[in-house]
Amino acid sequence: MRQLKYREAIDEATRQAMAKDERIIVLGVGVDDAKGIFGTTRGAFERFGSARVFDTPLSEAALTGMCVGAGLRGLHPLLVHARNDFLLLTMDQIVNNAAKWRYMCGGKLRVPVTIRAIIGRGWGQAAQHSQSLQALFAHVPGLSVIMPATPADAKGLLMTALSTDGPVICLEHRWLYEKSGPVPEEPYQIPLGQAGLLREGSDVTIVAVSHMVLEAVQAAEALAADGIQAEIVDVRSLRPLDSATIVRSVAKTGRLVIADTGWKSFGVSAEIAARVGEELFGRLRAPIRRVALPEAPTPGSSALEQVYYPGPREIAAAARLCLEAAHPAALPERPAPARPRDFHGPF
Amino acid sequence: MRRIRRAEEMIVERYPEEEIRCPTHLSIGQEAVAAGVCLALRPGDTAVSTHRCHAHYLAKGGDLRAMFAELYGRATGCCGGKGGSMHLTAPEVGMLGASAIVAGSIPLAVGCALAATLTGSDEVAVAFFGDAAAEQGVTHESLGLAALRRLPVLFVCENNLYATHSPLRARQVSEDIAPRAAAYRMPGVIVDGTDAVAVYRAARAAVARARKGGGPTLIEAKTYRWREHVGPNFDIALGYRSQAELSRWMERDPLEGVARRLLQAGVMEAAHRERIDAAVEAEVAQAVAFAKASPFPSAEQLCADVE
Ligand SMILES: Cc1ncc(C[n+]2csc(CCOP(=O)(O)OP(=O)(O)O)c2C)c(N)n1
Repeated sequence: MRQLKYREAIDEATRQAMAKDERIIVLGVGVDDAKGIFGTTRGAFERFGSARVFDTPLSEAALTGMCVGAGLRGLHPLLVHARNDFLLLTMDQIVNNAAKWRYMCGGKLRVPVTIRAIIGRGWGQAAQHSQSLQALFAHVPGLSVIMPATPADAKGLLMTALSTDGPVICLEHRWLYEKSGPVPEEPYQIPLGQAGLLREGSDVTIVAVSHMVLEAVQAAEALAADGIQAEIVDVRSLRPLDSATIVRSVAKTGRLVIADTGWKSFGVSAEIAARVGEELFGRLRAPIRRVALPEAPTPGSSALEQVYYPGPREIAAAARLCLEAAHPAALPERPAPARPRDFHGPF
Repeated sequence: MRRIRRAEEMIVERYPEEEIRCPTHLSIGQEAVAAGVCLALRPGDTAVSTHRCHAHYLAKGGDLRAMFAELYGRATGCCGGKGGSMHLTAPEVGMLGASAIVAGSIPLAVGCALAATLTGSDEVAVAFFGDAAAEQGVTHESLGLAALRRLPVLFVCENNLYATHSPLRARQVSEDIAPRAAAYRMPGVIVDGTDAVAVYRAARAAVARARKGGGPTLIEAKTYRWREHVGPNFDIALGYRSQAELSRWMERDPLEGVARRLLQAGVMEAAHRERIDAAVEAEVAQAVAFAKASPFPSAEQLCADVE
């Protein structure tokens, strides 16, 4: 199949969705400039022009509310933010309005709004430009939250979001944009709330989110060299969350490692662990292990970034810990898989 | 106006029964703003509002029975019992809802206007809000956005001088809000918010301008709420405003003002007014009876309409 980069898949999804549905408009700071949000919106601007793809003032809160209002009146706005951190300025509109308008009016109105936002990382992005805020949004009934990790998922999930009548937040990890993968040419949709089974294995389940999926694949390869077969579940959609696929996998392996790009406390990994605990109490063969960010804001220094972000090494180590609980000292010492080093910025 | 007044007086009467189990923010004293603005609108025009939304809902054409049913938390309410008094919604007449977050709904009107321009409709959108909303950042962002794109929006500020118990002078350096429109190069108009005719004229001009592509207008209506911020009572005993001030404003009763003019101009006779009052009385009584006789939403409704 044809290979596309993740950012090209998003661009294609946007164009194809817009061609099919004239209610879709794209707006946000810089969506029509030469860079077009890392190459994800410029194509739509060139194809559909400034009536449907336009730059905006730096008024994030009003823009979000404006999209809610426009959604109530029959448009489907796609609001794009270069950083998910800026969504904090719009939490009122997202949580109090977008997520609840339908419920508050007894189902009479719907809010078809898609919000894309990017998680930065590395290159000294520091505390306010690299946060992984999915847990904040996934906490709220009424919102859908997706985090595609592959180009094919990015296209399919975004096309679903753009055809959904409710608010969807799509969080994209910056490091995924240049990654390539097979992407069908024709329009297609991937349902919200359906996890992907990326790799089958019998010894341990790794449930991973966004960029952690790629790191989990590296970890699984390293584990395989030791004869440990890891199964990888890519959650893809945090709300709705596909508990069934996760539980099925963990019921098979008896062991679970959760790898999230956000913080551990009160986060996505806590939720997944709780659900598995509720369903599989007594059938787990080892304590659940979580790989997530340390409890600190992102440091700016690259030396500190190195220790801040967990990667394949930490995931593999967590998996080994799960297995040692069953067979202590059965595993030989092996060098840890390297941290990924293929991103060189700048942002 | 009579419907709004009488409906809210009915809330005053019924509230002690504790069957209306939601906060109610009454607009008694402020009716001329809702009535004057909505009279200048067409049914297809849209409006959004705030915690104090009864008058806007009714003036826009919302169903009275569905409003009372909503206040009583019934399944027949305009929001199926999900919204309560602060989220009154009637999409069929362009009342698109209300936010209980001060200033929260203002950008939604901008979005309605954006949708209108992009779909080639000549609809106008209205955001009703209080004076405290002028203190919120999103209000200024909304003014800026609407001005930049010349969107057909009326920003209607009901300046009733207080936010809860805080007087305007404790919150803002200027007693007027309309001049802020100048910074966004849009007209900022001050009107007497107790005079429905004056409000109607200002709104009509702003609507005409907006429909022709002339962009948004900020209308500041100077008005006053007679009752407490939330609830049915008078609250002069709290001491944050004086009886003398309240009395002065009550002398400017917006209903009496219109009635006097209509009587003097010979447009309305006393008997006609009595007929209006009697019809409204019956309608409000029926709405309450309808609400009380309506079923509560079933438990299955709890998680319906989430996503
Ligand atoms: C963002 C926000 N802050 C505080 C409140 C609590 N609150 C509810 S109504 C109100 C006063 C609002 O005053 P104003 O906007 O002038 O409207 P009025 O009640 O006078 O009609 C306050 C402070 C709120 N609902 N939202």
